[in-house]
Amino acid sequence: MSVNIAVILAMGAAVGFLSGLFGVGGGFLITPLLIFYNIPPAIAVATGANQVVASSTSGALAHFKKGTIDFKLGTVLLTGGVFGSSLGVWVFSLLRSAGQLDLFVSLLYVALLGTVGGMMLVESVRAMRRAASGEAPSLRRPGQHNWVHRLPLKMRFRTSKLFVSVIPVLGLGAVIGFLASIMGVGGGFIMVPALIYLLKVPTNVVIGTSLYQIVFTGAYTTIVHATTNQTVDIVLAFLLMVGGVAGAQYGAKAGQRLRGEQLRALLALLVLAVAARLGFDLFVPPASVYSLSSLSGI
Amino acid sequence: MPIPCLAFIVLLPALLAAAVAQAQAPETPPNPETIQIGLSTDRVYITSDFAGADLTIFGALDFADPLFARQGRYDVIVVLEGPARPVVVRRKSRVLGMWINTWSETFVNVPMSYSVATTRVWQDITSPDSYRQMALGADNIALIPQNRAGDPLTLAQFTAALRERKKASGLYSERVGGVQFLSQSLFRATVPLSANVPVGTHRARAFLFKNGVFIKESSAQLAILKAGFEQRVHTIAQQHGFLYGLAAVVIAILTGWAGRLVFRRD
Repeated sequence: MSVNIAVILAMGAAVGFLSGLFGVGGGFLITPLLIFYNIPPAIAVATGANQVVASSTSGALAHFKKGTIDFKLGTVLLTGGVFGSSLGVWVFSLLRSAGQLDLFVSLLYVALLGTVGGMMLVESVRAMRRAASGEAPSLRRPGQHNWVHRLPLKMRFRTSKLFVSVIPVLGLGAVIGFLASIMGVGGGFIMVPALIYLLKVPTNVVIGTSLYQIVFTGAYTTIVHATTNQTVDIVLAFLLMVGGVAGAQYGAKAGQRLRGEQLRALLALLVLAVAARLGFDLFVPPASVYSLSSLSGI
Repeated sequence: MPIPCLAFIVLLPALLAAAVAQAQAPETPPNPETIQIGLSTDRVYITSDFAGADLTIFGALDFADPLFARQGRYDVIVVLEGPARPVVVRRKSRVLGMWINTWSETFVNVPMSYSVATTRVWQDITSPDSYRQMALGADNIALIPQNRAGDPLTLAQFTAALRERKKASGLYSERVGGVQFLSQSLFRATVPLSANVPVGTHRARAFLFKNGVFIKESSAQLAILKAGFEQRVHTIAQQHGFLYGLAAVVIAILTGWAGRLVFRRD
């Protein structure tokens, strides 16, 4: 595979800038961008998972220093993540030899990015309206319980001041692991809202804990993909990382000048645009209805 | 009479030799020409930014009939054939408006690449039947489906699609006029190597035609390898997947950590 080094570095920097600006990992942008650049989706996904490790390491270290990581919660999430990721890599190989991986990756991206982007857009528009009318945002009252808190096998997480069943925690970890291996994403865009709204984890430890578990889920996914599918491209990933790490710094600075709900609305539009483009490509008649691949699907 | 006797003895081998030569003359093959090709190197290294190149192959025609050579009635076809591997050909069709892979056929031992250079246009060298018999040219190489019992019409469509896709990607190519005679006996063939040329052992073959009749063939091997660093990375990725994955993770963690050191001073 011959690619232009400058293009990949720029891609990494652009995504890094956006991830710094919006405070997201950027894995959900890297993989589609690589696909748009004609990198086979199998390589794009596995390499994306590798890139996610680098970007989340930076963030996790910062939170480690501030002490805003719940290691116990993160480790339970990670246990679920290992199962989910193993299942995901297995499904990935299966889909690849059946020639359906590209379709599945695109559909998953369209569904997830469409949902998350749509929800974010609605939420941020509402927040902007509220701000314009001078209304105070309705805060969630602490101690509010839902069905999740009635499940058995409870465990205490001191840092998060939580006493919840491990079932939803393991389940959430597994879903994130599965998405990491099939989509090459860290999964922060699902993990963070799920931790806040479903498990009622205090917001100050949510990001750190999520990043901590993403580092390890991403690392595990990278190793399993490299071992089973040989689809990790170390050089490609490194170029993305270098661009990404540099870009993130400028993004973070730029982000300080914009208001929260405006940022979220922009991110939502970006996410929706990526989903729309991936979805659109599924309906465009291909240049040739025939394609060639090896037995393993590359 | 010792002297004539000696002369006779001396003459005898010469006479015998002449007799033998005379007897053999009608049996000498009508086409004594031989063809040889040589590559300046037996390995070609490609780097990650390889954008395609021309490979030049020199060859010589020995015992060529000067009359035929002057009239340009010798033709040479040079083929560079890549390693053979199984290939899956998939066909998309419209399902709920989306283009989805719905049918596939597997072919065994498909040459990954096939570049041809010829002295003249195909039809001026020999007949289509000879090309078919020799399986010469991208349209004539044998493409064998794994499931031979399949519907012949479908198989024919997929076989045609396989050739067409290979040509579209530049892996199957031809260059008419790519073989040039530099003198009556020396020729130079230029075959294109596409940017996505497969790594592995390639075989260069030269076919000599005289007046539309195939005469001789000569071949040489060429290894196409990824250059130094890339080759090592490629080998490790294929053979030591776990170590490769581990290295990828270590690099990622170090990059993330270094990024924090360089840019953030909190």
